[in-house]
Amino acid sequence: MIHSLFLINASGDIFLEKHWKSVVSRSVCDYFFEAQERASEAENVPPVISTPHHYLLSVYRHKIFFVAVIQTEVPPLFVIEFLHRVVDTFQDYFGICSEVMIKDNVVVVYEVLEEMLDNGFPLATESNILKELIKPPTILRTVVNTITGSTNVGDQLPTGQLSVVPWRRTGVKYTNNEAYFDVIEEIDAIIDKSGSTITAEIQGVIDACVKLTGMPDLTLSFMNPRLLDDVSFHPCVRFKRWESERILSFIPPDGNFRLLSYHVSAQNLVAIPVYVKHNINFRDSSSLGRFEITVGPKQTMGKTIEGVMVTSQMPKGVLNMSLTPSQGTHIFDPVTKLLTWDVGKINPQKLPSLKGSMNLQAGTSKPDENPTINLQFKIQQLAISGLKVNRLDMYGEKYKPFKGIKYMTKAGKFQVRT
Amino acid sequence: MAASPAYGEEKGGSSSLGEPEYGHDPASGGIFASDYKRHDDLKEMLDSNKDSLKLEAMKRIVAMIARGKNASDLFPAVVKNVACKNIEVKKLVYVYLVRYAEEQQDLALLSISTFQRGLKDPNQLIRASALRVLSSIRVPIIVPIMMLAIKEAASDMSPYVRKTAAHAIPKLYSLDSDQKDQLIEVIEKLLADKTTLVAGSVVMAFEEVCPERIDLIHKNYRKLCNLLIDVEEWGQVVIINMLTRYARTQFLSPNQNESLLEESAEKAFYGSEEEDTKDAKAEAASLAKRKPYVMDPDHRLLLRNTKPLLQSRNAAVVMAVAQLYFHLAPKAEVGVIAKALVRLLRSHSEVQYVVLQNVATMSIKRRGMFEPYLKSFYIRSTDPTQIKILKLEVLTNLANETNISTILREFQTYIRSMDKDFVAATIQAIGRCATNIGKVRDTCLNGLVQLLSNRDELVVAESVVVIKKLLQMQPAQHSEIIKHMAKLTDNIQVPMARASILWLIGEYCEHVPKIAPDVLRKMAKSFTNEEDIVKLQVINLAAKLYLTNSKQSKLLTQYVLNLAKYDQNYDIRDRARFIRQLIVPTEKSGALNKYAKKLFLAQKPAPILESSFKDRDHFQLGSLSHLLNAKAVGYQELPDWPDEAPDPSVRNVEVPEWTKCTSREKRKEKVEKPFYSDSEGESGPTESADSEPESDSEESGSSSSSGTSSSSSEEEDEEEEEEGSGEQSEEKEGEEEEEKRKKRKEKGGLRKASPGSAGSLPFPAAPCPLCSSRGLPRPLSPMGWAWWPMLSCGPWQLLSPAFGAVRTYELLHRMAGEGLSVEYCFSRRPFPGDPHMVAVQIQISNNTDAEVKSLRVSEPKLLAGMRIQEFPEIESLAPGDTASVVMGIDFCDSTQAANFQLCTHTRHFYVSIQPPVGELMAPVFMSENEFRKEQGKLTGMSEITEKLTLPEKCRSDHAIVQQVTSAANVGRVPCGADNEYRFAAKTVTSGSLVLITLEWREGAAAQLTVNSEKMVIGTMLVKDIIQALAQ
Repeated sequence: MIHSLFLINASGDIFLEKHWKSVVSRSVCDYFFEAQERASEAENVPPVISTPHHYLLSVYRHKIFFVAVIQTEVPPLFVIEFLHRVVDTFQDYFGICSEVMIKDNVVVVYEVLEEMLDNGFPLATESNILKELIKPPTILRTVVNTITGSTNVGDQLPTGQLSVVPWRRTGVKYTNNEAYFDVIEEIDAIIDKSGSTITAEIQGVIDACVKLTGMPDLTLSFMNPRLLDDVSFHPCVRFKRWESERILSFIPPDGNFRLLSYHVSAQNLVAIPVYVKHNINFRDSSSLGRFEITVGPKQTMGKTIEGVMVTSQMPKGVLNMSLTPSQGTHIFDPVTKLLTWDVGKINPQKLPSLKGSMNLQAGTSKPDENPTINLQFKIQQLAISGLKVNRLDMYGEKYKPFKGIKYMTKAGKFQVRT
Repeated sequence: MAASPAYGEEKGGSSSLGEPEYGHDPASGGIFASDYKRHDDLKEMLDSNKDSLKLEAMKRIVAMIARGKNASDLFPAVVKNVACKNIEVKKLVYVYLVRYAEEQQDLALLSISTFQRGLKDPNQLIRASALRVLSSIRVPIIVPIMMLAIKEAASDMSPYVRKTAAHAIPKLYSLDSDQKDQLIEVIEKLLADKTTLVAGSVVMAFEEVCPERIDLIHKNYRKLCNLLIDVEEWGQVVIINMLTRYARTQFLSPNQNESLLEESAEKAFYGSEEEDTKDAKAEAASLAKRKPYVMDPDHRLLLRNTKPLLQSRNAAVVMAVAQLYFHLAPKAEVGVIAKALVRLLRSHSEVQYVVLQNVATMSIKRRGMFEPYLKSFYIRSTDPTQIKILKLEVLTNLANETNISTILREFQTYIRSMDKDFVAATIQAIGRCATNIGKVRDTCLNGLVQLLSNRDELVVAESVVVIKKLLQMQPAQHSEIIKHMAKLTDNIQVPMARASILWLIGEYCEHVPKIAPDVLRKMAKSFTNEEDIVKLQVINLAAKLYLTNSKQSKLLTQYVLNLAKYDQNYDIRDRARFIRQLIVPTEKSGALNKYAKKLFLAQKPAPILESSFKDRDHFQLGSLSHLLNAKAVGYQELPDWPDEAPDPSVRNVEVPEWTKCTSREKRKEKVEKPFYSDSEGESGPTESADSEPESDSEESGSSSSSGTSSSSSEEEDEEEEEEGSGEQSEEKEGEEEEEKRKKRKEKGGLRKASPGSAGSLPFPAAPCPLCSSRGLPRPLSPMGWAWWPMLSCGPWQLLSPAFGAVRTYELLHRMAGEGLSVEYCFSRRPFPGDPHMVAVQIQISNNTDAEVKSLRVSEPKLLAGMRIQEFPEIESLAPGDTASVVMGIDFCDSTQAANFQLCTHTRHFYVSIQPPVGELMAPVFMSENEFRKEQGKLTGMSEITEKLTLPEKCRSDHAIVQQVTSAANVGRVPCGADNEYRFAAKTVTSGSLVLITLEWREGAAAQLTVNSEKMVIGTMLVKDIIQALAQ
């Protein structure tokens, strides 16, 4: 299974290494650097690299390469999924997962890694168990530790690993018992030149933040569960109950977790809440091009569209752009050729637009491709698929919890081809 | 440079500590900090009494290790702290130890005793962590200690410790592979474990140590299937992959019948390739031979129990299930995995990369499966290039006549992308679509020709290459395109494209008679500056022109060949020489000259453009080897389906889950239950709250009843059996159960002692009296045997059997028999009616709460010559009752087992009786003289002599005689000598004599001699007797 792990930053320094079996020399990473050089961009480094004696499997997140070294056959997704779990755990522990953060907490990181794998095979990957074994550093605890000399290592023996509900700690206590659920839907769409939809689908998740005392048993039911086409659950959800009654029944983990992700069945037509009018022209003769885009609301169910952000990768030939937005701010990075326009809220009375001209490199012919426009937006208080939670009940505990449900729609991979 | 940040940190570290005496130390202040000095102060800190100092030192050391710096010279100082009270210091010391023990083996040994102590700790977590660290220290000297620790931990009460033991197995194996056999024993034991905690880890160990021992899985197969859904996700992946391999060896292919129908329907789209039709024919032939296929219920069980895991949040689990379905499920059912795989495409790009590779392979074999999700593979400009190319591959695989227009429209947008590698791949994809789907070939060709005027050279070059391949299919109609391409030679610089154009012109020079010589002229001019592949094609072109149009091109050809003759590349020189000999007629040139034209301008088959993912599915999908398309180290080949299914009964075991179920339907219900308690108990919501969520409703019922041990025994029995099925994840529960079992035994004993009930049962034709005591026949006086027919085939009289302690054997365990338990013993009485049969007394007790009806023997599976005399059918057996019957078996003087089925009105149990060799004979009486005479006849090959030492307690006459007669059914022969014992018997079937002599010499030494013409029996008997005496 997993032999070693190397963390490599953007400039190619190995800043952390951990071995679960015999030590593998860090020179093995040279093969990785070679591949990195060959792939122009970080995201194009192949996730699996074969070297004479080892295989390198890597993931790239937060500008850090997590490179796992393995020696024998193992399902590649097994390793990749695990590496992502490592990153998620770091994020959970330190708030953000960055090189600086990891370097600052190198001992905790090392201890966590030690617990996550035994001889290269995952041992404890549930964040609840890990936090029982090694407490995450907080400012308060750091101060206390410095004064009293106490430690981050849990002084009680962790029992979570032995539990039948390994995702939940025992003996949880809160003064305010609350359970919040966020239904977040994302629209993935490709819109073609003429504005018609090529493909559009809705993917949703329900993220929960549950702070309840004891061992609560929750059930969540939907008004229209038929909408959900394909679902994947947190291990706490009882699958059988869902199969038979379309009810989510579970003992929640403590804290934040993703309860469910789902896909809305393809039969339902997806309402596209925004449209983009664009006019991007390169002229053959001159080194000037015209650029004009307007964003407007389409099917929004009466809600306002917020947090609109337009990004577009311009062709290499574009030297500079002189644009004026009707609202918001825009930036064009002449090195990466990336145009970003932070629009903000869309006011249906006065549609935001961005107009101006592009300066092209003189002497070269006009680029034969038009840039694609990527769109981000948010709509509060709306689940675009129409999914509605019916009720949330709690059993097993006496108190009355505070319950809250929030809906939101976001753009996922939303592209407009021009 | 690299040292400076570390150094800065250190300073911060030491100052944050706030220890004044330390802060004043100049060495730690960092002013002179050299490596040597720095380690010195760390040593000082480690030696101090303060935990906080030690901790700080350890933290810095671990930080060094993490950064990849060498800290091995601190080993002695660190190891001293292995027994430190402070838990964090201890932990960090462990971390250090595991990292460096391999390099400092001698010193590492100092720490071992601490862990050995830890292994005995009453707390399971401490035991587990001690084992974990101990097994992680890679020091070969401690292998025996590790082995011992693993064995002990494997039978620990706590499942967590057992899990750790499973983890330790591969560690030990990698340290010393000689331990394999012993480790396999441990694995076998742990495989039988019923807790979910252990299952994943032990299968992982199995895969690393002995993946070839598929036979170890048989007995655990059903259990693993049923536990699967509750195993932690990483374990699930390992188990599913292993079970895929297992299923491939044990079940028949579910697609042998359907494959023909579906495949041919699908292939119709594909333009019929010869290969396919051949396949189809072969399949049709094989189809005719096959019997109708019925899926093994165990095969179905696996498919059913893995399906819910497609909903897992873990991509690796989903992929594992998907590959299982792809490799094992009937075609009609494979479709369910498509949705889940498409869902994974929303995940991180690395996950997408792996999933798309697998989808690409699947989509070749099962196109229909992904067709509804076509749009999910559309490419976004933000996708990384490697993802784009894989998606393109999938789209191309999915293209058929109905969707090709949409796909081509989509491809058109891709061609305008900024990512040129991607554009090139798109052009190739178009080429593939065009070859596969005849309808759109012209459209594609026109599109590609338009691309020839693209400004990007790479695009043009790629188009040329693809057009060349397409044109080869129907050259006659496309001379216009060839002309157009000929013009391109002036502009295109990419060698591959130039070479392609030249080849095209040469091949079809008859279609463009005017242009071709002109192209050759231009190329001859630039010949010396061309790349090698272009040069080769120029020579080709020249040769072909020379053959078709020698008038215009003779001189040019000569010129080109002369240039090539002095080229630097020997390939080109060779080619030039070869071609000159072939085409230019001289007096020396041989017969081939005449055929030159045929050779060069032969009809060439069009290239087949096919996916690089074709046939990749001979690797197990989802594996590293599949991804690399090369066998990775340690890859386990996915076996082909067997032609004949191996015996399914090997998987029959005591599967406690099924104790209650008698029919398939019930079993099904059971199978689906394990994921979490969601049945009856749940419907009352408040009720469910206190129950443990993992457990079945019945199980929780039983755990609540475990407190009330006074509940009626029958009920309790059943519940217990079920409890065994669920996981006993808590140690406590395990203990309770142990206790309960003891109690039950007591109770069971009581029940059995109560007489009457069994005796009063009506047994119409029972040939022998029923015994009410458990299986032990009462020794009867020889007088009672008057009716026993004598063996008539010899001058010796048969004796009444000698009775030692009669052993009982288990025929059917209470668990496996669903409450019915059966034991048997060899009563050593002759079987009435047939002197050649061994009498087997069978004791059946009904521990269920229902009446068992029509108990009988059926379908004996015997070796040639063996016979069975069944006991008469028992019509009914009331709950709690016990019946005893006698059956006769003629074993043909061999120790081969007699297999038969024990049937009740609802169930069939496969059982087998294997006789010890000593039971295959009956005692005979003979005098000392007769004995000697017979012994004289049986010497040489028929005599087996073995020396042995008698243990203390076997040194009396009585003890020896008793041990020998208990081991074998023999009679004593009187003997004059003091220290000699003789026994005689003859085998039941053939009546061959078996003579045993035991000479007791001085002290403990003794010699055993067996004379028998049945050598096998003799050998085995010697072994058995020695064993009996040694006890």
